[in-house]
Amino acid sequence: MTALNPDYLFVFIMAAFLGFQLIKKVSPLLHSPLMSLTNAIAAVVIVGAIAVTGGAGATPLAKTLGFIAVFCATVNLVSGFMITDRMLKMFKRKGS
Amino acid sequence: MDAFIPFAAIAASALFILSLMWMSHPSTARRGVRAGEIGMAIAIVGALVQHEVVDYHLIIIAMIAGCAVGIPMALLMPMTAIPQRTAMSHAFGALAVGLIGAAEFYKHAQPQFAGGFVLWALMFEMLLGFLTCTASVVAFGKLQEILPTRAIVFPGQRIVNGLVALATVAVAATLALDPTQTYLFPVFVGLALLFGVLLVIPIGGADMPTVIALLNSYAGLAASAMGFALGNKLLIVAGALDGASGFILALVMCKAMNRSFANVMFGGFGAVAASSAGGKDDRVVRSASAEEAALQMENASSVVVIPGYGMAVSQAQHKVSELYQALTKKGVDVKFAIHPVAGRMPGHMNVLLAEANVPYEQLVELDDINPDMPQTDIALIIGANDTINPSARDDPGSAIAGMPIIEADRARSVFIIKRSMNAGFAGIDNPIYYNANTQMLFGDAKDMVGAIAKELSGGGSGH
Repeated sequence: MTALNPDYLFVFIMAAFLGFQLIKKVSPLLHSPLMSLTNAIAAVVIVGAIAVTGGAGATPLAKTLGFIAVFCATVNLVSGFMITDRMLKMFKRKGS
Repeated sequence: MDAFIPFAAIAASALFILSLMWMSHPSTARRGVRAGEIGMAIAIVGALVQHEVVDYHLIIIAMIAGCAVGIPMALLMPMTAIPQRTAMSHAFGALAVGLIGAAEFYKHAQPQFAGGFVLWALMFEMLLGFLTCTASVVAFGKLQEILPTRAIVFPGQRIVNGLVALATVAVAATLALDPTQTYLFPVFVGLALLFGVLLVIPIGGADMPTVIALLNSYAGLAASAMGFALGNKLLIVAGALDGASGFILALVMCKAMNRSFANVMFGGFGAVAASSAGGKDDRVVRSASAEEAALQMENASSVVVIPGYGMAVSQAQHKVSELYQALTKKGVDVKFAIHPVAGRMPGHMNVLLAEANVPYEQLVELDDINPDMPQTDIALIIGANDTINPSARDDPGSAIAGMPIIEADRARSVFIIKRSMNAGFAGIDNPIYYNANTQMLFGDAKDMVGAIAKELSGGGSGH
């Protein structure tokens, strides 16, 4: 609990390298939807917010903070995925 | 049920990675969104079924309220407001991260955690989270033009910023070493929030693409740091992906302006505007009418349209699309040259033109269009200025020297739609206006493009 678990660093480094490789391949055409998609994905912090809010023995303060965090993360993930899809729907080929 | 949780995290991580992979091309991108949604659903179910979670009331209420706000926002948000929405969502995401960090901090505010890794990770996470939150709110204010869009600078700004940064880090370190001093915690939060504001107020409107990308990266890193603190690998992966994405976009933006991160963040660019206007008024500017422009365009074989933030401001994208349709019908080859920093966020112009039904094959990047410019009959510039300024290429003394530009001046003739002869965002004189092959079309972008399109689709056949 008191030291850095090297496994986490390993996971972080791998994910960051993978992220760099994947994002480099994204067409500049799609940079706006990419940003709203990654923003929606980052709303996975809702997982932490759920644990804080509903955890056994959560203090009223923790519940309040967690409640706001769940709300914010939900807004982000719902609107993030939906707006990304709305944007992508508009990108059409010639004649379609 | 707990045995399912690690696998839920693995499945969600894999789906997020697939989501980004499919995002690379418009033909698979919507599949990417589906993958992301499924990954998120799995992650949420995984979080809800863990045995530590005992009370669902607040969670359900917060999620319903979040949907009640998020869904209408997603359905009603006009495309022109996408940069603002992005800034706002960074603020929301970062606030969530900061608040979770705060709740965790109070849980760990006991002597046995003092100086431990979890506390350091939490302090780092909250620092990024809270500063990104207020920085994004300021960015939102600038994009929405509630706040002045120009850079706000004051004497001694760097010293003040440096001191606030130092104080924030010092308080954070004190709390990590002795978390029982909880009275310092609100001070830390306040300083981090203040630092976020100070970070963005000296940045001008046209640097917003870089700033938004950078804030995107910070929000991701904060999520990752939270994963470290909570021991949650899914958060580490998702945060790292988001952080990498924002970082790469910010790099692309900086490269497209030939500037460094430090210069964007601390340069106060655009604060000293319009100082170079003196003694140059003897140069001749040629202006033309919509009819003349239409006549030349229909007799051209190729037209390259170069949109800038001005197109977004006057919401001219639908008229631009009409112009595109009219010219294509007459057999003119029309392409759109998109500079990476055109607009207020990465990819801004592409989204607006796609919304107006311009096929995406016609949208061409800077590096791909420049070799074609000398063979292009007409370059039509709509609300772009610095991204087509030839002095970036020709004048080593220019403030934007070395910035890659779309070489509109190399086209056989150039039309520039502009409201007046004021200098652009950077306040830098633009010699393209005085070139012999340039004609100015003075007026609002939407009205002017509409007038040209009308000429073309109306009585144009008689020529």
